[in-house]
Amino acid sequence: LQVVMQLFLTVCWLLPYSLATCGLFSRRLSSASGPGPKVCIVGGGPAGFYTAQHLLKARDDMVVDVYERLPVPFGLVRFGVAPDHPEVKNVINTFTQTAQHERCYFYGNVNVGTDVSVEELRKAYHAVVLSYGAEANRSMRVSGEGLAGVFSARDFVGWYNGLPSNKELQPHLNCETVVILGQGNVALDVARILLSPLDLLKKTDITQHALDTLAASRVRRVLIVGRRGPLQIACTIKEVREMINLPDTAADMLPADFESISEALKDLPRPRKRLTELMMKTVKTESGQHKANKSWGFRFLRSPLEVLPGPDGKRVAGIRLAVNKLEGSGEDAKAVPTGQTEDLECGMVISSIGYKSLPIDPCVPFDPRSAIVPNNMGRVKDTAGLYCSGWVKRGPTGVIATTMNDSFDTARMLLKDMDSGMLNLSVNKPGGQEITALLKERGVRAVSFPEWEKINLEEVRRGTAVGKPREKFLDVKDMLAVAWS
Amino acid sequence: GVSKPCVHSLSTLLDTPTLSVHLVDVKSETTAHLLLHSLCWSSSSCKVLLHFVNQSGMKTSVSAMEGESLLEVVINKNLQIDGFGACEGTLACSTCHLIFEDGVYEKMEPMADEEMDMLDLAYGLTKLSRLGCQVTVERWMDGMTVRVPQEVKDRREKPEAEI
Repeated sequence: LQVVMQLFLTVCWLLPYSLATCGLFSRRLSSASGPGPKVCIVGGGPAGFYTAQHLLKARDDMVVDVYERLPVPFGLVRFGVAPDHPEVKNVINTFTQTAQHERCYFYGNVNVGTDVSVEELRKAYHAVVLSYGAEANRSMRVSGEGLAGVFSARDFVGWYNGLPSNKELQPHLNCETVVILGQGNVALDVARILLSPLDLLKKTDITQHALDTLAASRVRRVLIVGRRGPLQIACTIKEVREMINLPDTAADMLPADFESISEALKDLPRPRKRLTELMMKTVKTESGQHKANKSWGFRFLRSPLEVLPGPDGKRVAGIRLAVNKLEGSGEDAKAVPTGQTEDLECGMVISSIGYKSLPIDPCVPFDPRSAIVPNNMGRVKDTAGLYCSGWVKRGPTGVIATTMNDSFDTARMLLKDMDSGMLNLSVNKPGGQEITALLKERGVRAVSFPEWEKINLEEVRRGTAVGKPREKFLDVKDMLAVAWS
Repeated sequence: GVSKPCVHSLSTLLDTPTLSVHLVDVKSETTAHLLLHSLCWSSSSCKVLLHFVNQSGMKTSVSAMEGESLLEVVINKNLQIDGFGACEGTLACSTCHLIFEDGVYEKMEPMADEEMDMLDLAYGLTKLSRLGCQVTVERWMDGMTVRVPQEVKDRREKPEAEI
């Protein structure tokens, strides 16, 4: 009996072990086809990867596939974050761990909406999360917007950051003054790149064509224009501090803009108070100093009315602004035109008044007014099994931590719906296998994460040769050639 | 004399492993522990007991090393705080936001402008908030409790009937 017992115990002890080993093996080989929830994420930017991260961590039977239009992952961390902010790009390390997770698959070079429809994804997966961001920009809707020398900040940022669709932008920086419309962090990024010493930019992953153009730049003055006052400015303090600390660049502010606001200062919440105090301190210390070769400054209470052409009628030579006054106070104050106007001379206008999401598929609800997918805490309105996270969910604002929290929120909601049975997990879903077959039929070849890593290595190698952390490929064709080499 | 070399060698050791959020370099951690035992066994000065209360209110107690940052403690002790330290301690985000006890906060080294700049963007900012990557564990902190800001996720949640 004792022997039998012992044998029994040994088997009991070994069984789970061998089962676990088998399980591990089979999962590695065919993780896309086994039972368990399958979720697909549309968009391989921060929102997509943070959503994936939370889902993978919460359930160890969950398979998450990430679809991305470009062959390269990380969205605006690669194409939006300024090249001189490499610290922010550290989030890529965590995204890479997520993508390398044994239950996560990256499908780059797949355009959801054209290569595969959202309907097809919904059929193949238990849930679909839209996190494709905001690819368009809000337009100023003023005459002269089409003149040469007028750019959207989104295109300008895409150009210096190597977004393939912006590689032909060719901005000529042969003017002294640039006017940027909008006072958010993107506006300040653009201003900083225009005014930074070339030696600093040379050590970043800014594209070589941007570096060459900036080397020949004649830009010496950047004015950053906002429709409301200093107390409503949208940028954050770190970016203002960076402007103040730019070498050989003076702050050119108008002291009158700050005269009436010291009264309101004491009642402000800390972040707004510190930002305002920093600007006021800059006005005081900088006025009367003209030793620097370059300058930047905020211009408040101005809205664009018309971009003015030069004598040739083709290129921008200035901008006409409406002078505003504020109605109400605090964050909700409204800019109201006074009827007065003011012209500013400039050789370049960059509009940085916000990004905008676009509808992806006719079957997905879209609110054209707010340019988001209408949702309740990440659940897409009237569409079971469809979720959203990031900018397409809440609009194009906030820092990376905002998108992180917002993506975790959506993931929590999705998990809750799985637990409650609102999402039916009893049906097996084919997941990535079915979509891969569909794509093959349509002649679309996806870029896997290991294939992206080949692109990554090559970019880093090219960068190292010129003293940069990376030299990005600007052409999708070149990316694919390396990925599939 | 015992604590000084201990702090130095340990912090160099703990700085070397890649500060990845999910993976803890097991080998270095083990080495660090061995070192801790060989150098500080008789003196309690290197080990500092810390209590962490996570987003959902759960408390974990760990023994940290003097000289480590609180971000390093969270990573090295695998405290599983979601999204903690996204920029890996480079003062480029506010995800390692921690809230301290009243008496403890005042005793800490003053904040640099750059830390406060980032903290100003943090969720649930309080008067006792700091960034974990900027706070170094010191001997006097033994026994202190730090809190991760509570999840505020459900405050806007509407009844399910509305969608």
